[in-house]
Amino acid sequence: MKLLKLVPQDTNIKFLKFRTPFFIFSLLLMVASWALVATMGLNYGVDFAGGQQIRATFTETAEAPVVELRETISALESVNDPVVQRFGEPNEVSIRVKLPPEAEGNPDFANQMTNSIVVALQDGYPDIRIDGVDSVGGKVAGEFRSDAVLALLAAMLMVALYIWIRFEWQFGVGALFALFHDVSVTLGMFALFQLEFSLQIIAAILAIIGYSLNDTIVVYDRVRENLKKYRKMPLPELLDLSVNETLARTVMTSLTLLVALVPLLMFGPSSLFGLVAAITAGLFIGTYSSVYLASPILIWLGVTSDSFVPQETEADIQEKKVLGQL
Amino acid sequence: MLEFPTWKKIMLWAITLAFAAAAMPSLLGSAGLELGEDSSAPQINLGLDLAGGSHLLLEADPEEVALQRLENMEEAVKVALENSNPEIEYGDTSRSDGTLSFILDTPADIDRARGILEPLMMGEGLQREWDLTVIDGQRMVLTPTESGTAFALNTAMEGAVEVVRRRIDLLGTKEPTIIRQGDTRIVVQVPGLQDPQALKEQLGQTAQLEFKLVDQQALPTNTLAGIANPGSQIYPYATGSNFEGQFEAVKRLGGIRGDSLTGAQAGVDQRNNENIVSIQFDQQGGQKFAQLSTENVNERFAIILDGEVISAPVFNEPILGGAAQISGNFTAESANQLAISLQSGALPVPLTVIEERTVGPDLGAESIRSGLIAMIIGSIAVVTLMIATYGRFGVYATIALVFNVLILLGAMAIGNFTLTLPGIAGFVLTVGAAVDANVLINERIREERKRGRKVITAVENGYKEASRAIYDANITNFIAGALLFWFGSGPIRGFAVVLVIGLVTSVFTALTLTRMWVSGYLAGNRPKDINI
Repeated sequence: MKLLKLVPQDTNIKFLKFRTPFFIFSLLLMVASWALVATMGLNYGVDFAGGQQIRATFTETAEAPVVELRETISALESVNDPVVQRFGEPNEVSIRVKLPPEAEGNPDFANQMTNSIVVALQDGYPDIRIDGVDSVGGKVAGEFRSDAVLALLAAMLMVALYIWIRFEWQFGVGALFALFHDVSVTLGMFALFQLEFSLQIIAAILAIIGYSLNDTIVVYDRVRENLKKYRKMPLPELLDLSVNETLARTVMTSLTLLVALVPLLMFGPSSLFGLVAAITAGLFIGTYSSVYLASPILIWLGVTSDSFVPQETEADIQEKKVLGQL
Repeated sequence: MLEFPTWKKIMLWAITLAFAAAAMPSLLGSAGLELGEDSSAPQINLGLDLAGGSHLLLEADPEEVALQRLENMEEAVKVALENSNPEIEYGDTSRSDGTLSFILDTPADIDRARGILEPLMMGEGLQREWDLTVIDGQRMVLTPTESGTAFALNTAMEGAVEVVRRRIDLLGTKEPTIIRQGDTRIVVQVPGLQDPQALKEQLGQTAQLEFKLVDQQALPTNTLAGIANPGSQIYPYATGSNFEGQFEAVKRLGGIRGDSLTGAQAGVDQRNNENIVSIQFDQQGGQKFAQLSTENVNERFAIILDGEVISAPVFNEPILGGAAQISGNFTAESANQLAISLQSGALPVPLTVIEERTVGPDLGAESIRSGLIAMIIGSIAVVTLMIATYGRFGVYATIALVFNVLILLGAMAIGNFTLTLPGIAGFVLTVGAAVDANVLINERIREERKRGRKVITAVENGYKEASRAIYDANITNFIAGALLFWFGSGPIRGFAVVLVIGLVTSVFTALTLTRMWVSGYLAGNRPKDINI
């Protein structure tokens, strides 16, 4: 049986030849992302903004009266700009209402709003079925925001620290930079497209941090091996060799994850779409950063063969045996 | 590296099969099959977002507890000083910044007053709950200590958890989870709840019932303007009561609280067909109520519920039996709700719903179905890719993947973990990422073979050299997953649980189990060449 080889053996792509343009491009991408976050802001869902998200199904109407619903809910006291959208089937809707400024300092406000909206819906539409209610008070939303920032920063720093301990400080910095790039660009995308930013997206970003590192670690592991093996090889050449040698792995590991995620994106529950879409996008961003950011940064940070204690490992000895040097 | 003694093989298979067996009740259960006698076997819990139900986060306001304490202290001081002999006269009582202060009429009484009040400063424990100081020689200032306030809050919260439990039980809901969280919060989870609105109303009612004498001297115009006589306080009438929109001035002290009830029932007054709630006091409360009604015959008193007047009838005669009726223009529903709240006791502190997550049962079932379909398609795609790329070694990876899913399910059942909607995404991610280890190993074996190594050496090196990166990658993922677990609540935590357990199980299946199978194949067939 002829086996599939997605990446031909012995590739020799000069990934690092254009490292400076790619690096500048990545930096610009990060700056642009943060500029987008600063100017357009993230479209916070109820988790982070406070307010309500109500999902409902019209059991006897083929199509939900979205426009009419919007008017009904807008007419309620202290409800501004409700977002009423179809969600899933034509007779299913999602209604999102953010907390108004007057909710400040009144912990019961969100709950009162939920009650008035639910009552208005049930009174106005006898065939409506409330499928789900998410109601978050202002204080809780604020806690979610600060916890989320803390969790993301802690995750990035702790994994970078681990890489530093396992490799060398340059690798830790490189991994941290690549992760920061991944998180930044993901946030920038959410700002640009004004996609709903919820707790699930934080979960997705933390998952991205994990999977983006997988590829980085595979490349770094090979760089370390090659640094010990080829003491005299110039670093750019050695990095190119390492990336090429591990290219099949990088492609395969990303691909297996991708083919598992795409069906979930297409057929999975609609309330998981945001989470899965963010991870899928992060997969591409993470693979890119492993190859084009995490590796070249080692050159600028001055990694040399001496970064690792020059001692002969078993791999060295075996390599020499193969090459007939022993 | 490739040697597996028999005992090791037996142990690995035993672990694998034990966990896989633990997954069976959950798997069969989800397929709609009931396991007759074995239904006590641990199953994976479904989160509220899959099973349907309500999650409520309730928060208490610590200031309410402090305020209540201050009022109790004021009442206690009054009783203590009035009963002293000769009576210690005092005035200019004020409550500000959480402290209570008053001026003794005769500065000479100061030492005697201190002696009388000092015992009140100690709580039930041995800790000092209040500090007593004297300024300007005759003003006594009572300040709550930090530990006293914390103790009172803790007691109030423990009481509140009990009251919440009783109220939910009275609603007849099944298997509620009620957990105290932090200093001031209570998490309530009620699966399969049909009407979260009713539950919230029930929990939102503090049900603090008070009987206070109406201030007969109050001028109606003053009351309306919100001006109360010294020692009095103005309460609004409750929404829906007969005098909605009006106010009543009542005497602040000297009333009794309805937290000593033994029973409460909703009923109908036969005489006028009005909805009423009848209440029964315990012995002590009954005595106090008898005394109050005897001393104040023909006077009006206000029945106050959660700071709103329900009605203000007259004590026509002393009420000695320890039972009373409350009327206040109730509907049958509101009378019933009040009866339940009174029966379960007053909440020691008002609770506010600050977060609610409710999911209907249909939505959850639909999510499981579509999630399962997506997972099956995804798994087939992953498996096809693995077998097409690595042949026999892809088959090993596939079998490992099947065991990985089973062991993961089994571990979740044994650990009594909860599967949530994002947890389903976690399963799919685990399927996609679990084979990564096999990819790394197999690619390394390919490389080693290409360099001309013998089959055995190539495979041995493949496992050895790849395992470094596999461990590093899984440990960093584990760090991210653990932080996610710490950060997340409910559904997100369910995602983290699946990811983190999935990392451990996938290292076991992809690294250890496949190595055992591969070594078995190599030892049995001694192939000169392998197709990889």
